[in-house]
Amino acid sequence: MNIHEYQGKEILKRYGVRIQEGIVASTAEEAVEAAKRLTEETGTGWHVIKAQIHAGGRGKGGGVKLAKNLEQVKEIAGQIIGMNLVTHQTGPEGKNVHKVLVAQDVYYPGVSETKEFYVSILLDRATGQNVIMYSTEGGMDIEEVAEHTPDKIFKEYISPVVGLQGFQARKIAFNFGLEGEAFKEMVKFITALYKAYVETDSSMFEINPVLKTSDNKILAVDAKVDLDDNALYRHKDLADLRDITEEDPLEVEAGEHNLNYVKLDGNVGCMVNGAGLAMATMDIIKLSGGEPANFLDVGGGANAKTVEAGFRIILKDPNVKAILINIFGGIVRCDRVANGVVEAYKNIGNIEVPIIVRLQGTNAEEGARIIDESGLKVSSAVLLKDAAQKVKEVIESVNA
Amino acid sequence: MSVLVNKNSKVIVQGFTGSEGSFHAQQMIEYGTNVVGGVTPGKGGSTHLDRPVFNTVAEAVEKAGADTSIIFVPPAFAADAILEAADAGIKVIITITEGIPVKDMIAVKAYLKGKDLTLIGPNCPGVITPGEAKVGIMPGFVFKPGRIGIVSKSGTLTYEAADQIVKAGLGISTAIGIGGDPIIGTPTKNAVEMLMNDPETDAIVMIGEIGGNYEAMAAEYIRSTGNRKPVVGFIAGQTAPKGRRMGHAGAIIGGADDTAEAKMRIMRENGIFVVDSPAEIGDTMVKALRGEAVNA
Repeated sequence: MNIHEYQGKEILKRYGVRIQEGIVASTAEEAVEAAKRLTEETGTGWHVIKAQIHAGGRGKGGGVKLAKNLEQVKEIAGQIIGMNLVTHQTGPEGKNVHKVLVAQDVYYPGVSETKEFYVSILLDRATGQNVIMYSTEGGMDIEEVAEHTPDKIFKEYISPVVGLQGFQARKIAFNFGLEGEAFKEMVKFITALYKAYVETDSSMFEINPVLKTSDNKILAVDAKVDLDDNALYRHKDLADLRDITEEDPLEVEAGEHNLNYVKLDGNVGCMVNGAGLAMATMDIIKLSGGEPANFLDVGGGANAKTVEAGFRIILKDPNVKAILINIFGGIVRCDRVANGVVEAYKNIGNIEVPIIVRLQGTNAEEGARIIDESGLKVSSAVLLKDAAQKVKEVIESVNA
Repeated sequence: MSVLVNKNSKVIVQGFTGSEGSFHAQQMIEYGTNVVGGVTPGKGGSTHLDRPVFNTVAEAVEKAGADTSIIFVPPAFAADAILEAADAGIKVIITITEGIPVKDMIAVKAYLKGKDLTLIGPNCPGVITPGEAKVGIMPGFVFKPGRIGIVSKSGTLTYEAADQIVKAGLGISTAIGIGGDPIIGTPTKNAVEMLMNDPETDAIVMIGEIGGNYEAMAAEYIRSTGNRKPVVGFIAGQTAPKGRRMGHAGAIIGGADDTAEAKMRIMRENGIFVVDSPAEIGDTMVKALRGEAVNA
């Protein structure tokens, strides 16, 4: 589960990680109040106004701006709140900004130069342990650093048995080229950050940049925090941080019906049992000349109710020109699924797009017969290649 | 021979009296699997499905000689169940449970390291050696005995592959559903290796999906054997967008090397017959066995 920057920073602070302080605001007026309070608390003169959306690249998209006085805070916050922010991660449709983080200016001049670093923590799947990935190239797109200067990315693997050790935190601080107070601060920063990662059951932390200020403090200027959905049951407070306005409304609705749905941009919808077969079905749609409109896994219990919920969600996407249902009945019997399809079809009424139902497994022929004799505008298939062929024909007729 | 499970496996079910455990234990018994009992803490001494219920796995090992376990315990308690089975000396632990926190699995994986046992899963359909033992949730009738091994991250896609293999006039030696989580006990390479060394397996179907590097590691291993047995491969998720999780917790594209395209290229470079469409698995296997399959 993704959360906002301001929420991620609150978590980090709780574990003793120093952060760029800030206060969240939903209106320009609130932003001004937040700025006044922040000046009282931190002494900051200038303020950074940061759009809060679940996507990176906000700065380049115009979602992060510096305000040098309260008039500018009001003006900039007014511009950013309500704007449609488009970044390389939001897709061309962009995301609506509902909140801004009014943050302190941490790039103030002082006794030494400021310096930016990159630190992330994630799971290394190959070894089954956590890894701290870090680079001296802070503030840049890490994928570009990996491509052009891979020697500037370091990895520190953490033993699941003993956890992060002091020598490892020191090694990271040394590799950053730090000394004196900044070195000590970095060791503390890394240690607290890793503790936060483990204790919150996170699946990714990305702090970019980590800043060494001109007075040798180390702090998180940004925070991308991704929590392990499967562990939220033991973190009630973190589960409450979910912001459904950041999610696709159809995906939220699907979740309420225990359907696993991901909206895509194509023209052929699909409904499948099992995640692997669902992805494979999307691939078949593409190979047949269409583009998948969604990923939809109805799970183990494909019945009339789940099929109907699936239909309704797929049909809400106006781009859908055809639907492929692909069920491999094992424990679920195909005749029951077929009856479910017919029932759902009748309940919804006036479905105008062609539907192909491929049922294979237990009672597959019986299922196909039910579909064929239903009198509905639904065609059936048993073999996967027949289904692929039918999708192809349908797409050709739609495009014609 | 076959691998992992056979007619001599003495299977216990952890989470025996729960609804999932009961249903699938019944199905396994009907299939002919040698289910010697089950474990539900607090219900020891009773009988369920005409089999004894034990309080602990250790008791099931001692009294019923269990050597194989299948776990249906809910996610919050599943890591504990795996560790209990390992501690009791179970040799093959098959974990069906979906949704175990990654942190729990990191600890499990570290604990199991170096131990003489095999963990399959979690989040998997299980293992079947047709005609001998079904230790999983797959529809048994789809899998007819034969000499083709299957390794797959996905459940229904395994059934699909098995169905195509059977319809092509072939059969299955052992099908291993390794699971779709980011951390699993037996990666693709280890499962392929078992089948590569199994004298009753002539060829292998290897099904992967986006995310991680297990398929690439398996592909390199297959080449290192001199491509001793033909392998037909498929990767699900050619059309999956980057950064989105596609159902399985592990099915997410993180970097350039875990896209379907990259995996398919690596597999082809290592002599695996990769199909673009999952509908072509059966036909391609027939060609591969005749030496007619083309690696392109």
